[in-house]
Amino acid sequence: MIWESWEAFWAMGGYGLYVWGSYAVVLGCMVVEVVLARAGQRASVRAARDLLEQETAHDATP
Amino acid sequence: MENLRIRWFQWAAPQSFYPLAGRLWPWFAALAAVLTLAGMYLGFFVAPTDFQQGEGYRIIFVHVPASWMSMLIYLAMAFWAFLGFTFNTRISGMMTQALAPTGAMFTFLSLWTGALWGKPMWGTWWVWDARLTSELILFFLYMGYIALTSAIDDPRRADRAGGLLALVGAVNVPIIYFSVKWWNTLHQGASVSVTKGSSMAQTMLWAMLLMALAFWAYSIAMALYRVRGIILQRERHARWVQEVVA
Repeated sequence: MIWESWEAFWAMGGYGLYVWGSYAVVLGCMVVEVVLARAGQRASVRAARDLLEQETAHDATP
Repeated sequence: MENLRIRWFQWAAPQSFYPLAGRLWPWFAALAAVLTLAGMYLGFFVAPTDFQQGEGYRIIFVHVPASWMSMLIYLAMAFWAFLGFTFNTRISGMMTQALAPTGAMFTFLSLWTGALWGKPMWGTWWVWDARLTSELILFFLYMGYIALTSAIDDPRRADRAGGLLALVGAVNVPIIYFSVKWWNTLHQGASVSVTKGSSMAQTMLWAMLLMALAFWAYSIAMALYRVRGIILQRERHARWVQEVVA
């Protein structure tokens, strides 16, 4: 362990705000990207399913 | 040779690429997680304090990998665009589109972490020097690509217009990379070079390389995941898609 305490770790020798500000935004961006990508994938599946239902309903009508 | 060619083009068909991407992305996501844990451990608990910058230098473990990815993803987009123009494969445009948001994100992160590093070390968040300005242009190129392709309804035309922007814009990437050599800038030169090796402590270097590999795996996972949605959306009229979602 190169840190004397957890306080020292979080303080980052006085650069805490800059260091953790960087890492927090990196993590935040990745979380947002994953959430958006999942939403996009689900929307695509839903749209394809809706189209399928429309077409089968259309085929069923005489 | 003939066999190999047929194989490659077979994977270029959306119908076979969709399940392949679905099988591959979880592996790259897991790889990214493992590499991140290893890189963060090495970067925060093993790598020593820098004699000039104290603990502030630890921003390097995300700043440099994010900057590398911002350039690399743009080159990957140009590569797919080139394939699209040459072979007219449908998957090329989809891959170009799938990569763009991740590339834009890493470009933003490069600028953001750079600003947070610049403030304590240079005394300013931002300067209009060659390195920073060309990286900002890269961000605009990503945004331009995303805006352009989403403004055109016909996907094939969107691919061609976006592909052209990706190819032409790729000229900016070597400008970013060599900007610290070509012009006098506040930004420091490369700490890692193919020809001269590294000027960093071993553990610092390893932490940075592990994070670079982690971001690489993350980008591949995201592109493969996102391309599946794009395939479904574009091929929704195809019978195989209807079988997949049914």
